[in-house]
Amino acid sequence: MRAETKAVLIDPLVDNNPVALQILGVCAALAVTTSLATALTMSVALTVVVASSGAIISLVRHHIPNNIRIIVYMVIIASLVILVDQILKAFAYQMSKQLSVFVGLIITNCIVLGRAEAFASKNSVGLSFLDGLGNGLGFSLILVLVGTLRELFGTGNLLGYTVLTPVAEGGWYQPNGMMLLAPSAFFIIGLIIWAIRSWKTDQVEKPEYRIRQVHRTEVL
Amino acid sequence: MPEERSGSRNNETIGKTLLVAVTLCLVCSLVVSTAAVTLRPLQAANKALDMKRNILLAAGLLAEGEDVEVAFDQVQPRLVDLSTGDYVTDADPALHDPQAAVRDPAQSVTIPPQEDLARIRRRARIATVYVVEYSNGLRSVILPVYGAGLYSTLYGFIALAGDANRVQGVRFYEHGETPGLGGEIDNPRWLAKWTGKQLADTKGQLRISVVKGGVDPDSPEANYQVDAISGATVTSRGVSNLMRYWLGEQGFGPFLAKFRSQGA
Repeated sequence: MRAETKAVLIDPLVDNNPVALQILGVCAALAVTTSLATALTMSVALTVVVASSGAIISLVRHHIPNNIRIIVYMVIIASLVILVDQILKAFAYQMSKQLSVFVGLIITNCIVLGRAEAFASKNSVGLSFLDGLGNGLGFSLILVLVGTLRELFGTGNLLGYTVLTPVAEGGWYQPNGMMLLAPSAFFIIGLIIWAIRSWKTDQVEKPEYRIRQVHRTEVL
Repeated sequence: MPEERSGSRNNETIGKTLLVAVTLCLVCSLVVSTAAVTLRPLQAANKALDMKRNILLAAGLLAEGEDVEVAFDQVQPRLVDLSTGDYVTDADPALHDPQAAVRDPAQSVTIPPQEDLARIRRRARIATVYVVEYSNGLRSVILPVYGAGLYSTLYGFIALAGDANRVQGVRFYEHGETPGLGGEIDNPRWLAKWTGKQLADTKGQLRISVVKGGVDPDSPEANYQVDAISGATVTSRGVSNLMRYWLGEQGFGPFLAKFRSQGA
């Protein structure tokens, strides 16, 4: 695999993570991460959509008129999302009920449209597919991390299996109910971003504005 | 290598734009409708199975890991004429589609606004109820209930034990409420609060309701009251109203009266 191809796939995992660096798709990351199972399903669904929409858009990129390009992307993405939703309803009914509207909301996930406009419309089919796959996996990485922490500390379970026996069932662990509420996902994502930026300091943004002290004697 | 988006192929004419738009729409609608049609039988089967699962869960008849179809064998679906409360014997419960019946003017009635607690506007004349007869001679009955929540219609089941006055369990299987707030109506921990509550007092007055601010366990009312879901006032009120409608005289009241006196 050439270095450039590899970079397209690997970069979005940490160096250019769609959630942690670009801060996209946070809504979904909050909503479906109360348990690891829903986070995993959502991850797979989004990865499939972003990778295949990248490939399809790249395939027809020479024929898309510039002035309707966003609509064209949306139609392709929406069709793929409906497809994924229908398949989930047919083969994983309980899971699709738990995910409720959030599979449908992949259509409006900024990561998908962002990759279509920024990458798939200008690159070859193979590269666009890998780019979608990489970004999907980058999103999945954060989702799985957040989902694991929230389910483990919120309920003491992981994928439905008891790991930390809660007090209510005679164990020692007092479940932290806040972990099951949306704000906890904000805290966890914030901590993940902090950790990544402490490790990769080039991700730290320069302050856009710095307060300057002006002394009275100074001429303004 | 990124390439420049170019107009060299002349994509920008009106003709080409229309061509691309129409072709894309045709291809996408074909793909989506094919998927919808081919997967529909599977989805319908899933939905029917999920309904049976919820009927069993409402009555507490489904053990962990037990097969739904096997467990459902002990449940008998029966059709009931809501206005008289009698069983309908000349139709097959398996073929009765309650949701289609509501839409058909011949099979449904308009509910006068002042009586429309559940805010459903119409209800079918005939409803499916599920009767379970235990080996010790006891019976329970599971009733389908539905009504408006905050954003959506809530569909569920309530199972009544023995004297048909004690709640065995409640389940909601379909709704579109906000996850984490109104959506908590399908949380088993909240649903468990219904179990053991009484519908009506000794005078036969319907008392069951969902109350805000917590149920005082020492109060004589506690037997009839279920704690509302915090952060979901409208949904909780909707649940309270739909229960009062369906368990009242306009809903299954006549049927329950006959069921209790064993006639039915």
